[in-house]
Amino acid sequence: MELKSKVPDGPLPKKWEKAKFDYKLVNPNNKRKFDIIVVGAGLAGASAAASLGELGYNVECFVFHDSPRRAHSIAAQGGINAAKNYQNDGDSVWRLFYDTIKGGDYRSREANVYRLAELSVNIIDQCVAQGVPFAREYAGHLENRSFGGVQVSRTFYARGQTGQQLLLGAYQALERQANRGSVRIHPRTEMLDLVVVDGQARGIITRDLISGTIESHAADAVVLGTGGYANVYYLSTNAKQSNATAIWRAYRKGALFGNPCYTQIHPTCIPQTGDYQSKLTLMSESLRNDGRIWVPKKPGDNRPPHQIPDDERDYFLERKYPGFGNLVPRDVASRNAKEVCDEGKGVGANGRGVYLDFRDSIGRLGRKTIEERYGNLFEMYHDITAENPFEAPMRIYPAPHYTMGGLWVDYNLMSNIEGLYVIGEANFSDHGANRLGASALMQGLADGYFILPYSIGDYLATKLGQKPAVDESAFGDAEREVRGRVERLLATSGTRTVDSFHKELGTITWNHCGMARSREGLSAAIERIRTLRDDYWSNVRVGGGGEELNQSLEKAGRVADYFELAELMCLDALDREESAGGHFRVEHQTAEGEAKRNDDDFTYVAAWQFRGDDEAPVLQKEPLEFESVKLTQRSYK
Amino acid sequence: MNLTLHVWRQAGPNSKGKFARYDAREISPDASFLEMLDIVNERLIERGEEPFAFDSDCREGICGSCGVMINGTAHGPLKATATCQLHMRHFNDGDTIWIEPWRSAGFPIVRDLVVDRGAFDRIIQAGGYVSVRTGSAPEANIIPVPKDVQETAMDAAACIGCGACVAQCPNGAAHLFTSAKISHLALLPQGQPERYERATRMVEVMEEKFGSCTNYGECEAVCPKAISIDFIALMNRDFIKAKFKGRKTARPA
Repeated sequence: MELKSKVPDGPLPKKWEKAKFDYKLVNPNNKRKFDIIVVGAGLAGASAAASLGELGYNVECFVFHDSPRRAHSIAAQGGINAAKNYQNDGDSVWRLFYDTIKGGDYRSREANVYRLAELSVNIIDQCVAQGVPFAREYAGHLENRSFGGVQVSRTFYARGQTGQQLLLGAYQALERQANRGSVRIHPRTEMLDLVVVDGQARGIITRDLISGTIESHAADAVVLGTGGYANVYYLSTNAKQSNATAIWRAYRKGALFGNPCYTQIHPTCIPQTGDYQSKLTLMSESLRNDGRIWVPKKPGDNRPPHQIPDDERDYFLERKYPGFGNLVPRDVASRNAKEVCDEGKGVGANGRGVYLDFRDSIGRLGRKTIEERYGNLFEMYHDITAENPFEAPMRIYPAPHYTMGGLWVDYNLMSNIEGLYVIGEANFSDHGANRLGASALMQGLADGYFILPYSIGDYLATKLGQKPAVDESAFGDAEREVRGRVERLLATSGTRTVDSFHKELGTITWNHCGMARSREGLSAAIERIRTLRDDYWSNVRVGGGGEELNQSLEKAGRVADYFELAELMCLDALDREESAGGHFRVEHQTAEGEAKRNDDDFTYVAAWQFRGDDEAPVLQKEPLEFESVKLTQRSYK
Repeated sequence: MNLTLHVWRQAGPNSKGKFARYDAREISPDASFLEMLDIVNERLIERGEEPFAFDSDCREGICGSCGVMINGTAHGPLKATATCQLHMRHFNDGDTIWIEPWRSAGFPIVRDLVVDRGAFDRIIQAGGYVSVRTGSAPEANIIPVPKDVQETAMDAAACIGCGACVAQCPNGAAHLFTSAKISHLALLPQGQPERYERATRMVEVMEEKFGSCTNYGECEAVCPKAISIDFIALMNRDFIKAKFKGRKTARPA
């Protein structure tokens, strides 16, 4: 199989313009004749559905939440990047492009990343016009702050609630279209399969989460904006319901899965306290602007932090990376935190934590400024830990947060299945092996507002009147498959709960396919995951019925998919004999313990193809070509 | 800690509901309220009993999915805190806790502690937005917005749409929710062109679905984002003004 990235010819800065000109257009009168299914209404899904509806297409938008406003984009705290150069500090589209490519450890597609940087400025304009209350300076102009992995201030933010405000902007645009009748929103409806007819995505199978009704929906194109899969680890910063089922079902129907092993472990999360814990809470990376990260120099030093004098503290990021200090990219910060904890210098009850200390910045800027910048984050920390960060340093530890991998898409955001588009975190496209802070919101909105609405027309223009009827056999087959799976889960009368399996799977995946990965660990993990999966299908207890609201059943289907996904992640991690960004293979590191790439053999996207339950997936490669940047060893010294 | 729970069980919107009693044993004071419910549900499943349904998602107090009445108070005893951010350390060993769904005709019960808050989406659909076509926005810095105006708009925009305000209100009014969106957009220059029409349309839908405001102020007291009832005053003012602004005058020939 040859993977065509469909990147247009021409110089980098002209590619998107050329693509837009080359795209076929759909006549305004014909747009209403096309039905588009959008699954998910986070930043990517909501912005896409709203923009497509506004263009005149018929949009059916499916969300498993009770309202599109609940999508997990809402929890993004820190901000959104844009190359506005409002700070006059030397920023440009080119610099944002370069930072993102470098931050991703040279494992992303140049043309995609450049387009993302180009569109970043339009996103800010759009959101401000919608009424997103971004932070402002006293003269009324937009304020910026800096984020990890860069040396300019280009991050726009709305207190610690940037994701919320951007999502509400997109949600309101979506509800406006719902009011006009161009978008129909289906709340509490979960996609359980993709329907492919003659190699083209033609619809989906859904389950109504209240009544349990399983239904077919046909369309001219299907768009997945269903987010990432960090919940495979059980404990992550993702919302409880975030899941991989939509993309995993599409994978099983033939869509390639790109770079599954590229997962992001975020450095600043509240450490785990007990095994009852249901999720981990992120503390915005923006805290690293003013907080200093340290551990005691002496292993096992359990004095309270204020009793440890400065010369007995190791500000390890500032020491090792004087150029970027506490603002190194996430993968570097996380790995270093793990390292000092492995050396026995970790703090907190279980020794898995490092201090994030605001003492010096409170001294320098005053408590009021710090409160203004991070007040809500401090409160959140206080609520959860019962400790006050104004008095004692925060304790933080890395946690799974984002997944760079996802379904493979070409430059037009179409997967290898014709008519199946994948946007936002659900695709693999723009962040390579590590995502920089404040770039996820940027990508979701770029895909939804400014890329998909153009690129989908190019496909639809030649497909007028080809929408299949839902009584075609492919829909019946898929419905039967979905019903069979639900029935099988309900019929398995075992003894263990879904969550107990999920926790065990999460522990295996975290230990062996988390911050540090090794050949032995990954091989062992694959075996253990398979054994656990077999046990799951014979020993899980779901309870309740299929034709009612059954939250245990919802989880059961998602966890069943996580087993398969976790195995693919390990397989991909095993196959990639190099370290790159968030993927750190202990066998491949520099003398200083940094990630060591192998550009000669691994400068490609690993896109995995499903071949059946009893067959190993096949690795397809999309070589990454760099015309404009030179591949270098990342250095943040 | 050991606790006694009385949880509202109801199979569907038209079924009769009742409280069921459960023991919650050996709960860590560091567990969140929802984690405590998780533990109880896990034990129910293990015993082959039916777990109770409740909504939750982000568990960071921002998505607005969760929320139950805890001993008669929406989101429980802690000020400005959503149910997911409430931790068991704020209860005492041996406590009895009564847990109910949001109580309001505007939010029909779906099952157990889950309610249908679709009416909130309908209010937003009626006008809770700035009508700006994708791609037609001017340069972001072209309209300066004074910092204090932006801050107040942000105070209103912080609403998470959880519905606690309605649940706590003796009248089942949705004024705090509706006014938060109306005020957020009315304060910003971008929201001016549609300001009065927006207020009229949103208030009309709100009144169809929810009760009237008689200034109890309980909404503000339970709001997990501490949104001020001052915004209700702003909404009422805009709604009244809209009556005059909306009058059609004869156009010059």
